[in-house]
Amino acid sequence: MSEMTYRDAINMALKEEMRRDPNVVTFGEDVALYEGAFKVTRGLLAEFGELRVRDCPISENTIVGVALGAAMGGVRPVAELMTVNFALLAMDQIVNHMAKVRYMFGGQTRAPMVIRMPGGGGSQLGAQHSQSLESYFMHCPGMLIAYPATPADAKGLLKSAIRDDNPVIFLEHELLYNSKGEVPDDPEFLVPIGKAAVMKEGTAVTLVGYGRMAILCLQAAQLLEKEGVSCEVIDLRSLYPLDTETFVQSVLKTGRAVVVEECWKSAGLGGDIASRIYERCFDRLLAPVKRISGLDVPMPYSRKIEKLCLPQTEGIVQGVRDLLNEPY
Amino acid sequence: MAGSLRELLPDEELVKFYQQMLLCRDFEESCAEQYAKGHITGFLHLYSGQEAVAVGCTAGLQSSDYILSAYRDHAHAIVRGVEPKKVMAELFGKATGLCKGKGGSMHLFAPELNFMGGYAIVGGQFPIATGLAWASQLREEDRVTACFFGDGSMNQGTFHESLNWARLWDLPVLFICENNFYGIGTEVHRASAQAALHRRTCGYDIPSEKVDGMDVVAVYQATKRAAEWVRERQRPYFIEAVTYRFRGHSMADPAKYRSSSEQEIWKSRDPIPNLSRRLLEEGIVTQTRLDEIAQRCGAIVEDAVKFAMESPWPEDSAVWEDIYV
Repeated sequence: MSEMTYRDAINMALKEEMRRDPNVVTFGEDVALYEGAFKVTRGLLAEFGELRVRDCPISENTIVGVALGAAMGGVRPVAELMTVNFALLAMDQIVNHMAKVRYMFGGQTRAPMVIRMPGGGGSQLGAQHSQSLESYFMHCPGMLIAYPATPADAKGLLKSAIRDDNPVIFLEHELLYNSKGEVPDDPEFLVPIGKAAVMKEGTAVTLVGYGRMAILCLQAAQLLEKEGVSCEVIDLRSLYPLDTETFVQSVLKTGRAVVVEECWKSAGLGGDIASRIYERCFDRLLAPVKRISGLDVPMPYSRKIEKLCLPQTEGIVQGVRDLLNEPY
Repeated sequence: MAGSLRELLPDEELVKFYQQMLLCRDFEESCAEQYAKGHITGFLHLYSGQEAVAVGCTAGLQSSDYILSAYRDHAHAIVRGVEPKKVMAELFGKATGLCKGKGGSMHLFAPELNFMGGYAIVGGQFPIATGLAWASQLREEDRVTACFFGDGSMNQGTFHESLNWARLWDLPVLFICENNFYGIGTEVHRASAQAALHRRTCGYDIPSEKVDGMDVVAVYQATKRAAEWVRERQRPYFIEAVTYRFRGHSMADPAKYRSSSEQEIWKSRDPIPNLSRRLLEEGIVTQTRLDEIAQRCGAIVEDAVKFAMESPWPEDSAVWEDIYV
C-alpha cells in the first residue's frame, strides 16, 4: 500500500498496463508532450516513447473513431478526451459506432478500448465545462462505464477497463484528482467493473452515490454518525452494468434510500436507481426514495451560486434528517 | 481508356473484371426484385452503375488490405469475396446472414476477408479507417486501408478531421471517393464549394487524382499505383472515381431530380457493356463465353435468393447476444 492521489493512481494504472502489454497505447489532446491537461499522463511519453504515447489534433469525434479502428485492428487504445464536455462532439463515434460495431456485425469484431473523460462540476468553469454527463452514456447499451471515487478504485477500475475486451467509458472527477488514499502497489490489483462497494455499513438509511458524490455521501454519513444516525454508503463504482443487487440488498436492510447524483435531475440516473429500488423493495420501504441531484440549470460561474447547483455534503445530511423525520 | 486492353492486363484478369461487375449488377437487380416482393425490407441502397469502382479498386489492392465502405456496400463485400448467398440472407434478415441478420444491407462485415464493414452514418467510416491504419502501422502489418465513401460524406467533419490526422501521423490510408454526383437528391455543386472534389485534399497535403469510375481498367490501374505508393511511403492518398448510380439513392427514391437526358448519357457509359464490347472487339472472349458468364452469374444470384428464402429466422434469444464480449 502507498498513499497517493487519485491522479497518480490513474497514472500508475496506465504505466503498469503499458508495461504489461505492449499493445496498450494512449493518445489524446496534449497527453504526450504536455503530459495531460490535468497531468494524468505525466511521465508516459518519457517511458514509452512517441509511438505509444501520442498527441493528436483537437478532433474529438475522430479521437474516438481512431481508437475504435485501432481496437478493431488489434491494438488496445486508451484515449483521453480532455473533458467529458467534449465527448458531446464525439457522440456519433461513441453511440453510433463504438457501441454498435459488435452487435451490428453479428459478433464478428470487438473493441477493446477505453475512453478516459475528466468531468464534473464545482470548479467554476462555467456552463460548458462543468457538466456531469453520465446519464447520457448510461442510456446506451454496448459499452461499459466506470466512475471511481477513490484512488484505489481509480487504479483498479482503470486496469480492469484496459484489460476488458469491451469498450469502456472511464469517467474521472476533476475535483478528485488531488484527493488522497491508500492504493495497493500490486500490479495485479484489479477492481471488477460492475461491482459496487459498501464504503460504510449502517442500519437506518442507505446512501447511494458514485464518483465525487460517493465521497460526499461518506462525509455526510460521518457527520450523521455523530447525531446517532447510522448510514450505509454504497459507491456504485460502475454505472454500466449497474450493480443493482448491492444497493437493493442494502435498502432491504435499512428501508430507506437517498440517491445522490451530480447530473441534472431530469432523466438523471437517480430516477433509474430509484425505480429499481421501488421494483425490488417496495413493501420494505419506510419512506419514499429521496433524490438529491444537480439542479436543472446550466452551470453558473459565480461560486456563490454555483454551489447551489450541485449536491453538497450539508444538503445530503439535511436530506437524511428530513427522510427520517417524515411521518410515514 | 484508349488503346488495347490486352496490352494492359492478362486476358483472364479482364474476364474476371467483367464477371465480377456482372455478378454485382445481377445481385443488385435481384435485390430490387426481392424488395418489391417484400422479402427485403428496411433501407436498400443499390450499387448498379458504380461496379467498375468496387471491382477495379479491389483488384488494385492486396487481399490483406483492409476495405471499409458506407451503406451502399453489397458490391464491396461481394467483390472482396463474401459469398453472395450470405449477403442475400443478411438482407432477408435470416440467421444464416453474414452478420446473423443483425446488420442488414448497410452493415456487412467479413473480418476474415479484411472487409471491415459498411457504416451507415455518413462519414462515420473515416475515423475508423484511420484507426485501423494506425493499428496496422503499429503492428508492422504492411497493410493498406482502403476507405470508400461517397461525394456527400466529404462535407462531414470526420472527413476533414481524418484526412488531417492521416497525413499528420502519416498513416497508410487510401481514400476512395465514389463521386456519383448526388448526396441523396442534392447535386455535388449544391453541397461542395469546390465541386472538383479531388482538389479538396490540398489543405491536408494529401496527393490526389481523378479517375474515370466507369472504366474498370482505369480504376484498377489508378488504385494499384496508389496503393503501392501508400504502402511504400506509409502516407495517405486520395482517388476520386467519377461514377453514376443508375438507380435512386435508395429503393424509396424515384430519383426525379435527375433529367432523363443526363441518365441516358450515363447509361451509355455503363461499365459492363462497355467492357464486354471491348473484350469482343479485341477477341479476348467470344459471345459464347460471355453468355456462359452471364448464365453463371444468374445462377449464383438465383441460388443466393433460394438460400436466403429457405434459411431460418434468428432465434429470439439472439436479441441479447453479441452486445458484449
